[in-house]
Amino acid sequence: MSETAQTRKVRRAIGEGPATRIVLIMVALVFLGLMLIAPLLVVFVEAFGRGIGVYLQALALPDTMAALQLTLLVAVIAVPANLIFGVAAAWLITKFDFKGKSFLLTLIDLPFAVSPVVSGLIFVLLFGANSALGPWLEDNNIQILYAVPGIVIATIFITFPFIARELIPLMEQQGSSEEEAAVSLGASGWRTFFQVTLPNVKWGLLYGVLLCNARAMGEFGAVSVVSGHIRGLTNTLPLHIEILYNDNKAAAAFAVASLLAMLALVTLAVKTLLEARFAGEIAAQRRH
Amino acid sequence: MTATAPDGARSFRWRRRSVLPGFGLSLGYTIVYLSLVVLIPLAGLGIRSASLGWTQFWAIAFDPRVVQALQLSFGAALAAAVINTVFGVLVAWVLVRYRFPGRRWLDAAVDLPFALPTAVAGIALATLYAPNGPFGAILDHWFGIKVGFTPLGVVMALIFVGLPFVVRTVQPVLEEIDRETEEVAATLGARRWRTITRVIFPALLPAILTGFALSFARGVGEYGSVIFIASNLPFQSEIAPLLIVIKLEENNYAGATAIATIMLVISFAMLFVINLLQAWSRKWFGHE
Repeated sequence: MSETAQTRKVRRAIGEGPATRIVLIMVALVFLGLMLIAPLLVVFVEAFGRGIGVYLQALALPDTMAALQLTLLVAVIAVPANLIFGVAAAWLITKFDFKGKSFLLTLIDLPFAVSPVVSGLIFVLLFGANSALGPWLEDNNIQILYAVPGIVIATIFITFPFIARELIPLMEQQGSSEEEAAVSLGASGWRTFFQVTLPNVKWGLLYGVLLCNARAMGEFGAVSVVSGHIRGLTNTLPLHIEILYNDNKAAAAFAVASLLAMLALVTLAVKTLLEARFAGEIAAQRRH
Repeated sequence: MTATAPDGARSFRWRRRSVLPGFGLSLGYTIVYLSLVVLIPLAGLGIRSASLGWTQFWAIAFDPRVVQALQLSFGAALAAAVINTVFGVLVAWVLVRYRFPGRRWLDAAVDLPFALPTAVAGIALATLYAPNGPFGAILDHWFGIKVGFTPLGVVMALIFVGLPFVVRTVQPVLEEIDRETEEVAATLGARRWRTITRVIFPALLPAILTGFALSFARGVGEYGSVIFIASNLPFQSEIAPLLIVIKLEENNYAGATAIATIMLVISFAMLFVINLLQAWSRKWFGHE
């Protein structure tokens, strides 16, 4: 048997032949192209298909601007709330060993397992007119349901695990020896956190914040149940898309949708860049 | 900050000692925030559901329209999860094992359904698969398959939202697998296909099952992307979350609560199974 035939035989035994490789890569490309890329392209084609004038006109509608403002307001409250929680929970779970830790992790994951519509429903049942809290809220003139506070609370519930889930594996991987060194050298807990832990996890934290933000701005089901769909008042961007689409204003609906699609693309681009950067940083850490 | 209890020595027993500060603060904050945002609202649904009583609960649960909606939600989610498992493993394999131009872009695109709001995906998919849409027309004309406004459309939307779960759970495990084991199998005379089915597949199985379960769980509760592509007519393509929204709009809180409880119980059972699978996978493959 010649040398080349031998190498070919070995290569075939520990890997796939070139033909198989090409077929598998093509199947993956076609599947992802049809299932993921095509819907994304449709958003931009439909949004800009009738010219930039129609596009800008759709975005400049007062209802669209109101929806954009509300969406930003909701994200500005919900994301920092879950950021503080995510950091506290990650510190608790990765720096300490205690009983019931895995049970606590399961509880943090709960909102992932709840349908968005059910998430909205639980707040309708909690704050609605015929709930235990309802009459008291009404007497004190506090409007939660079908108003901004309800939308914010439902969004916080939906995005609850995102940042904690992004931080926990990262901080677990890094261990606590650096923090222990800082504390034994006399640094306070806060100083240890801000000067040792935070620089180590900042990129993972940033991606967690971005993902949480994309979900907070894009949440549909839960917000749809608690918002009451009052135009110009309790309509977020995703709800506004639904209204425009059902009104047969498809071009306007896709124009608004393109804003959220661009936000998604930015989120993914930052993630890809961070991963490229991470790879270098991890290699550097291994060297010394 | 560390020892909040007066009898410090005793209260430390349920956790291992640590030199790091902040245990009391992070535990307290995590528990309080978790309770306020997640546990108390969810308990509210449980209490409301318990007050329905068995006869009323079963009457709602076995209403033909409810049964049909639950069947569609679970059936379509199952079909989508099976398709996502097959293609998700293939995509993960291609991304981890092969090098080709554009691989990093493809890798980034997999996360698109995480970042793209469901309402945006919904109107994009509805446009693609509508009878006069680009994909819908081809499928109808050449194959006689109608996707838009049928249960098949529901499956399509659920494939979109569930795909990243399988890829992202299988991918890291595949990266960790030791290539040497495959080489050993090849040296011992195993053919490539035999190495894949007997050496690689068993190591991937827990991750594949976890990805399948996550994709399924996400599909069952999905609302935003489905309602645009489904006909939403009773007994045709009406999903369970939509039925909850309809019951709420009719002020039928009992009906909405009962359907939500059924979905929640099944989702939590699945979350429990997922955690068992992950513990199993850690036990068998974690200490390599």
